[in-house]
Amino acid sequence: VSTVELSFSPLPAHVRTARLIASAVARRVGVDAQVLDEVRLAVGEACTRAVELHRRSGVTDLIRVSFSDGPTRFVISVEDCARAAHPDVPAPGGDALAELARTVDLDGDDALFEPLPAGVGIAVIGELVDDLDVDVTDSGTSVCMSWPLVPVATTAPGDLGAPSTTQ
Amino acid sequence: VDLSLSTRTEGDRTVVEVGGEIDVYTAPKLREQLVDLVAAGNYHLIVDMEKVDFLDSTGLGVLVGGLKRVRAHDGSLRLVCTQERILKIFRITGLTKVFPIHATVEEAAQASD
Repeated sequence: VSTVELSFSPLPAHVRTARLIASAVARRVGVDAQVLDEVRLAVGEACTRAVELHRRSGVTDLIRVSFSDGPTRFVISVEDCARAAHPDVPAPGGDALAELARTVDLDGDDALFEPLPAGVGIAVIGELVDDLDVDVTDSGTSVCMSWPLVPVATTAPGDLGAPSTTQ
Repeated sequence: VDLSLSTRTEGDRTVVEVGGEIDVYTAPKLREQLVDLVAAGNYHLIVDMEKVDFLDSTGLGVLVGGLKRVRAHDGSLRLVCTQERILKIFRITGLTKVFPIHATVEEAAQASD
């Protein structure tokens, strides 16, 4: 198992940094190229949610992201320190997405440009990732997701384009 | 890569060409652009997303807000997008049923409700 960790202040600008690192690490450990966009989006949603929770509750503590590759899975966990209750963790089953469609149908109200219904970020991750675990504790939320690793093809030394095996 | 925005007129439509990444950091810039356009009386908007590299739920929120705002004036907000990775988030959130999505600006400019 090898791990990369990132801690960042709850600022929107840093979410992009987290996405870039997620892409770079995922590519290096051999996540299928087809799902790199999903990794990027899922990490972005998890970090955005964490940043918004911290800001809403005035918490300036760092948000922690870890990227680990095990024998068969690439695991990303995003941990926030927003200790308040977390009403935005949706029940399984895409309720938040149903709520989203319902809200959009309501026109003519004055609540323009309000944020999407609570829980959409997590619901989006749920649609993208087979293996998602949202764990709410007293200290905050841990959003843990993983992707299968493509079995490493045995490439002869000197193959053009073979990934570096330097650890 | 940040967010780039440019606007132009196509007949009675206003085209907003968006490039780069729409996320929690850049979405306020797009929101401001849409608010300004609607405040100036542009109620038929076409948001061209062909040069968008990344879109998350924050960006969707801004587009939904824009849609609500033009609808309040009996207007329209059409999207131009053929990129699968961007279309995917509209599909998984069910918003493909909410936004008319076109392959080209020309097609969007000619479409009517």
